[in-house]
Amino acid sequence: MQDMLRRYGGTLTGAFFLLTAFWLLALIILPNITLFESSFRLYLPVTEIGGPRDVYTLANYQKFINNPVDTTIFGMTFQMPIHMKTFFNTVLFSAVVTLITFVVAYPLAYYLAKVVSPASLPTLILLLFIPLWVSEALRAFAWYIILTFNGPLNSLLVAIGLLEKPIRWQNGVFTPYDAIVIGLVYTYVLFMLFPIYGSIQSLDRNQIEASEDLGAKWWQTHLRVILPHAKPGIASGSVMVFMLSAGSLLVPTVLPSTSSNWFTQTIQVLMLESQDWNSGAAYSFLYILLCSVVVALVMWLFKVKLSDIAK
Amino acid sequence: MSAGVELDDVSCDFGKFRAVDHVNVSIKPGEFFSFLGPSGCGKTTILRMISGFTDPSEGVIRIGGKDVRGQRPNQRPTALIFQNLALFPLMPVWENIAFGLEVQGVDKATRRARADELLRLVDLPGAGDKMVSQLSGGQKQRVAIARALAVEPQVMLLDEPLSALDLKLRQHMRAELRAIQKRTGVTFIYITHDQGEALAMSDRVGVMSQGRLQQVADPREIYNNPVNGFVASFVGEMNILRGDVEQVADGLAGFSTPHGRFRARLSPSATGGAVKLYIRPEHMSLAPDGGGENAVPVTVGDIAFEGNFITVSATSEGGQHFTAEVRNDGITRLPERGARLFMRFEPQRAVILPDETRV
Amino acid sequence: MTRSRNLLGHVYFGAFLFYMFVPLAIMGGAAFNDNRLPSIYPWKGWTDRWFIELFRDQVLWNSAINTIWVALAVVVLAVPLGTAGAILINSISGRVRGVLYGLMVAPILMPGAVIGISTLLFWNQASVPPGLHLSVMGQVSYIAAFVMLLVLARLQSFDPALEEAALDLGASHGQVLRRILMPHLYPALGAGAAIAFFQSIENFNVTLFTRGTSNTLTVYVFSKVRSGITPTINALALILIAFTIVCAVAYEIARRRAARRELLRGADDGEASTPAVSLASAPVAAGQGA
Repeated sequence: MQDMLRRYGGTLTGAFFLLTAFWLLALIILPNITLFESSFRLYLPVTEIGGPRDVYTLANYQKFINNPVDTTIFGMTFQMPIHMKTFFNTVLFSAVVTLITFVVAYPLAYYLAKVVSPASLPTLILLLFIPLWVSEALRAFAWYIILTFNGPLNSLLVAIGLLEKPIRWQNGVFTPYDAIVIGLVYTYVLFMLFPIYGSIQSLDRNQIEASEDLGAKWWQTHLRVILPHAKPGIASGSVMVFMLSAGSLLVPTVLPSTSSNWFTQTIQVLMLESQDWNSGAAYSFLYILLCSVVVALVMWLFKVKLSDIAK
Repeated sequence: MSAGVELDDVSCDFGKFRAVDHVNVSIKPGEFFSFLGPSGCGKTTILRMISGFTDPSEGVIRIGGKDVRGQRPNQRPTALIFQNLALFPLMPVWENIAFGLEVQGVDKATRRARADELLRLVDLPGAGDKMVSQLSGGQKQRVAIARALAVEPQVMLLDEPLSALDLKLRQHMRAELRAIQKRTGVTFIYITHDQGEALAMSDRVGVMSQGRLQQVADPREIYNNPVNGFVASFVGEMNILRGDVEQVADGLAGFSTPHGRFRARLSPSATGGAVKLYIRPEHMSLAPDGGGENAVPVTVGDIAFEGNFITVSATSEGGQHFTAEVRNDGITRLPERGARLFMRFEPQRAVILPDETRV
Repeated sequence: MTRSRNLLGHVYFGAFLFYMFVPLAIMGGAAFNDNRLPSIYPWKGWTDRWFIELFRDQVLWNSAINTIWVALAVVVLAVPLGTAGAILINSISGRVRGVLYGLMVAPILMPGAVIGISTLLFWNQASVPPGLHLSVMGQVSYIAAFVMLLVLARLQSFDPALEEAALDLGASHGQVLRRILMPHLYPALGAGAAIAFFQSIENFNVTLFTRGTSNTLTVYVFSKVRSGITPTINALALILIAFTIVCAVAYEIARRRAARRELLRGADDGEASTPAVSLASAPVAAGQGA
C-alpha cells in the first residue's frame, strides 16, 4: 500500500483503487447481494411491491422441494421433487462428463507435453484451438446433425452392418442424457486437456527417466510421478469442465431427449417464460452454492490453492 | 558538484524488526564511502533511506546539509545504481542513459549528444543504439553508471553493483569505478558484503552488523585496528582464542587460555565483558622450537598451496585450530602433514577485543 | 517399446483430431446440400441457396453488428478494470490479497446464467432496463478476470527496481507508468484485449438473460437452432469456421516467421523475444469460457 503510493503517487493509486472498486462492487459483489436478497422475496405484481405481501420468505426455496415425481437411481425407485431431480441429474451427468473428459484428455496431454517434438507442438496446439474458437452453439448443433434419426451416424452404422436399423440416439441408449453427455464432452474436452497439458509440461523429463531407470513400469511412473505432478492441472480442468457442463444451457437445449432436463433450463423457464425472477434468483443461488461446494471440494481433495484452479 | 550525506541517529523498523539501529555517520562531499557487512545487516536499508525509497522511523538524513525528510526519490539529488542494475530492457542503450533527461523535458538532440558523451566517459563509444540484452555484464555495468551520471547527481548510491560479475571483471571494474569517482568528484556511497571490494576502493569504510554501525574508519585502520571481534573476523581471517585478561603492562596484557599464556595488545574498547584474542593468519609464523613467548605446540594438518602464499592449518593438543599464512618465497621448505612444530606471533601483532558486537 | 508406445500416441492423437474436426466438416458440408433439413445425408445435390438466404437475413446482420459493438465495449471496460485489479493485487500481500483475488476470479468459476441473472436483478433495482448495455456489464464482470490473470502473470516477470530506477532518475509517477510499466505490459494488454473481444463474441449465457429484446449472434443462432432449423445456420457455421481457419493459418505463418527470425538472430542474446511468448499464451486463454 505504502509501496504503491511511492511508486504510482496519489492520483494513479486512487485511479487503480476506483477502477478495481467499480469492478468488484458494481459488477460482482452488489449484483450477488441483490440476487441473494431477491431470492427471499416473492414474485409480485408491480402494485404489490412494498405492500403487505412483500416480506422475506423461504417460499422460493420451497419450490425446490415441491412436486415429487418418481425417480429411479441405481435401480431404486422413490419419490423426489421434480426440480431437485433435475438438479441431481445435472450434477450427476456433469460429473460423468468431467470423468470422461479426464480419461480422454490425460493421455493426450501427456502425448502433447512429453512425446511430440517441440518443433511441431505449436502447430498441433493451434489445430486443437480451431474447434475451440467455433461457437459453442454451433458445436452442439454439429452433434445434433450427426445424431438425428436420418443422420450420417445411423446411415454409416447401418451401412457397415453394425446396426440392423437406425437408433434414436437423442432419446438415449443408456440414459435420456446420452446425447447431452456426448455434446458436453465434445464441447468441453479441451478445457480438460489444456490445464493438464500445462501442468505435465512443467515436469522435468529427468524425473520420468529417473523413475524408469529405477525400474518403474510405465503405469507406476504415471501413478507415482506424472499424475501427482499434474494434480493442479487436473483440479483446474475438472472444476472448469464441471462448472461449464453444469452451467451449460446451449448443449442441453440443442441436444435434448423427451425426458431430459437440465437445471439451467429450469432457471431459463422461470426467468424468461414465467418471468418469476425471484424464484430464478433462488435457483441461481443454489448454483452458487453448488459452485462453492465443488471448488472447495476440489481444493480439499487435490490440496491445491484457488490460484492453481483459476489460471 | 558533490554533497555530503549525514545520518543523524537514524533508525528504521519493519514491523517489529529493527533493520537499522541508531546509525550516526557523516560522509564528506567527494568521498568514496562503503558500508560493509553481511547480508541482512541493514546496509541496503540505509541506501534506500538515502535515496528516498524507504522512510527512516527515527532520525534525520541530510544531503548537502539539507534535511531531506518528505522528499521523494525523484526530488533528491541522488542517483542509485541497483544491485541488478535495473536497466530498462525495452529501450536502447542511449535512451536508457538519457532517460533522466527525457523526463526533465530535454530535447532529443541534446539528449542523444549527452548520452554519447557519457558513453565515451564510461569507455563504450558507439554502443548507443544497441539493446541492453546485447551487452555483456561489464558493459551493462558501465551503462548503469552512465545513466546515473546523466542526471548529474551530487551523491551516487551503489548497491553491490559488482556482485554479478566474474572475479576478473570485478577487479577491473573496481579500478574503473574508483577512476570515474575521482574524475567526476561525485560522492560515492557503496554497499557491499565483499571486504576486499570495500578495502580496495573506499576512502572510508563503515562496518555494519545487525543494524548497527560497528566501526567507521579508513580501510587500513579497519583491517589493522578493528574495534571488536565482529569487525576483526568479518574483515579478513582470524585465529581466535578464548581466555581471560590478566595483568596489564606497557599496553600489553597477559592473556591466559587453556592452550597457554600469551601476551597481546589490549584494545581500549575491551573494557569489561567477554573478550577474545585475535591474530591474523599472516601474522602467525612457524618455528621448529618453542623458545620465546607466544608459542603454541601444534600438529600440522592441511596444507593449501594458494600460489603467492601457503595456508597451513594445525591443531594444538587442546584441540584448538590455528591457521598460518606463509608467504611463498619459493625457497622455504614446507612442513609435512602430521609434523609437530610451533606456531608463534608477536605480541604487538595480536589484539584482545571485546567478543560481542555492539548491539 | 518406447517407439511402439509413441506410435500408439500418434494414432490416438490422430483419432482425437478426427473426432474434433469431423463434426465441423459434417456441419459445414450440409450447407451445400439442397435439403430442407440440415444434414449431409441424404445428399440431394449442390446448392448455394442457403448462403443467399443467409445474406438476405436482416436480423442476422443486426445481430452481428450488435455483437461487434458489445465486444468492443467489453474490451474498453475489461482491459482497464482487469489491469488496475492486477496492479493492485500485485502490490499488496497477505489475507487481503487472498480475499480480493478470490473475489476477482470467482465469476470465472460461476455459471454464466447466474452472472446474467444477478446483473439483471441488480441493474433492474437501479431502474436500468435490460438490454445489451447490461450484457456488457455482465460479461465484463468475468472477462476482466481473464485480463487480470494475464496482466498479473506479466507483472510477475516485471522487475520493480525498474520503476524505482525511473523514479530515482527524476521521472514523475505518470512518466513511470507510461514509459516503464505500460511498455512492459503491452503484450499482456494486447492479448487481454483479444481474449476479451473473442470471449464477448462467444458469450451466450450472460447475454441471454440480460439482453432484453436485442439479439447477438450467439443468441440468434441459438434461437434459430431451437425454432425452425434450416441449413442457413450451416452456411453461417461454415463461414465462421472458414474465418477461424484463415485466422489460425495467418497466426501460424506469423509464428513460423518469428521463429525463423529468432533462429537467425542466433544465440548471442539468450533472451527469448517477449512478444512471441505472449502470443503463444494468448490462444490458451481465448478458449476459456464461463
